[in-house]
Amino acid sequence: MGIKEFCFKKSLWVFHLSAGSCNNCDIEILDLLTPRFDVERFGMKLVGSVRHADVLLVTGIVTKKTRSRVLEIYEQAPKPIIVIAIGACACTGGIFTSGYNFAGPLDTVIPVDAYVPGCPPKPEAMIAGVMKLLSKPAPANNEAIS
Amino acid sequence: MGIEIVYFLIFPGLFFSGIIGGLISWADRKITARVQFRQGPPIFQPLYDFVKLLSKETIIPLHGSVTTYILAPVFALFGATISAVFILLPVLGLETGFAGDIIVIIYLLNIPSFAYIIGALASGNPLAAVGASREMKLILSYEMPFLLVLISIIIKSGMTIILSEIIGYQTANGAFIGSLSGIIGFITVMMCIQAKMGLVPFDMAEGEGEICDGITIEFSGSILAFFKLTRYIMFFALPALVAGLFFAGLSLSGIHILWSILKVFVIVLLITLIRNTNPRVRIDQAMRFFWLWMNLFAIISIVLALMGI
Ligand code: SF4
Repeated sequence: MGIKEFCFKKSLWVFHLSAGSCNNCDIEILDLLTPRFDVERFGMKLVGSVRHADVLLVTGIVTKKTRSRVLEIYEQAPKPIIVIAIGACACTGGIFTSGYNFAGPLDTVIPVDAYVPGCPPKPEAMIAGVMKLLSKPAPANNEAIS
Repeated sequence: MGIEIVYFLIFPGLFFSGIIGGLISWADRKITARVQFRQGPPIFQPLYDFVKLLSKETIIPLHGSVTTYILAPVFALFGATISAVFILLPVLGLETGFAGDIIVIIYLLNIPSFAYIIGALASGNPLAAVGASREMKLILSYEMPFLLVLISIIIKSGMTIILSEIIGYQTANGAFIGSLSGIIGFITVMMCIQAKMGLVPFDMAEGEGEICDGITIEFSGSILAFFKLTRYIMFFALPALVAGLFFAGLSLSGIHILWSILKVFVIVLLITLIRNTNPRVRIDQAMRFFWLWMNLFAIISIVLALMGI
């Protein structure tokens, strides 16, 4: 493991993107920053601008309105970037699969590196998902898609 | 010529103050975490952040001026480093400096803020422009009390404008923090430093909630790493300047090194505690605070200094 990859895994800056969620997943993500779970000890922190992000946490189904926005935000992020689908909605569509404005689960829009299922997933599950992802080799999706 | 390059790149300059500043910014994050009953990041976290940012992709925005956009972080880093050299050489007692170096330091300390403004405006992002305008107003407000406190320091040290002579006067007659005008001036300078570093309660230039990191919103990759390094260096240079002005300077010889670490640590602790116990104020409240209250404090400090208290 090179020094670059090591530093990348030690300092993940997270950008939180809600593609059309019911807000429960988002609340669970905010729990990660509280004293109980405290992901800052792994070097993760929430950033306000997608230009600083290393990880894109996407929650909720991708709707027809947000599909182009999700693509745009993915292209605006500096590569390499890790995309994590949080919750049953982002993974498969969940209970909204037959919804009138459902525009495909997240991985039909942008490449996804990890899935954290659950409705909503527990914060422990999210930490476990990120840690499993980081024990694999470096993230591969370095090219922008069109 | 050779010794100047060493001064700039290695010893009090880029390398040394970058490392110490990184440690201080780690201490800042760790204390913040402990205040909030959290564990906090590991000690190498600033290094990890910096190296990671260097290895990321740098995105140039479509609109705006490319040359200015790329050069702004370089100028910010240059300004921070050169002011760290000019501050640390007299404060650490390595060289005596030249006549009027304290005035040069005031000018140099402003370069990073101006580079932030120019870089933000060159990125062509409206949110960055809002951040830049707030930063401009902030500079206009905190510069005046900062200069007034320096005047009171100059009066107290017998009308000298050389930083090493100010420190020498304190070594002979006791540190300025021991007098009433010194304490009032110290409070004012701490507030000005808080605004200069862009920390809460004066971080409206990069309001994360409403303008998404403001001045640095478009910066990514290695140029953001340059801004980070500028932050680290300023985190060391400004407390060192306060230690020089109020605590009789730092020293690297023998047992004095512990005293020096304690002085810097106390100042950083104060900055961090102020940042953790205050909500952010609006820009107009900040301007009123500096123009009215801090100027009043600084003028009281000058009057007391003239009376010799
Ligand atoms: S997975 Fe469940 S909790 Fe999360 S957004 Fe979908 S419906 Fe809401």
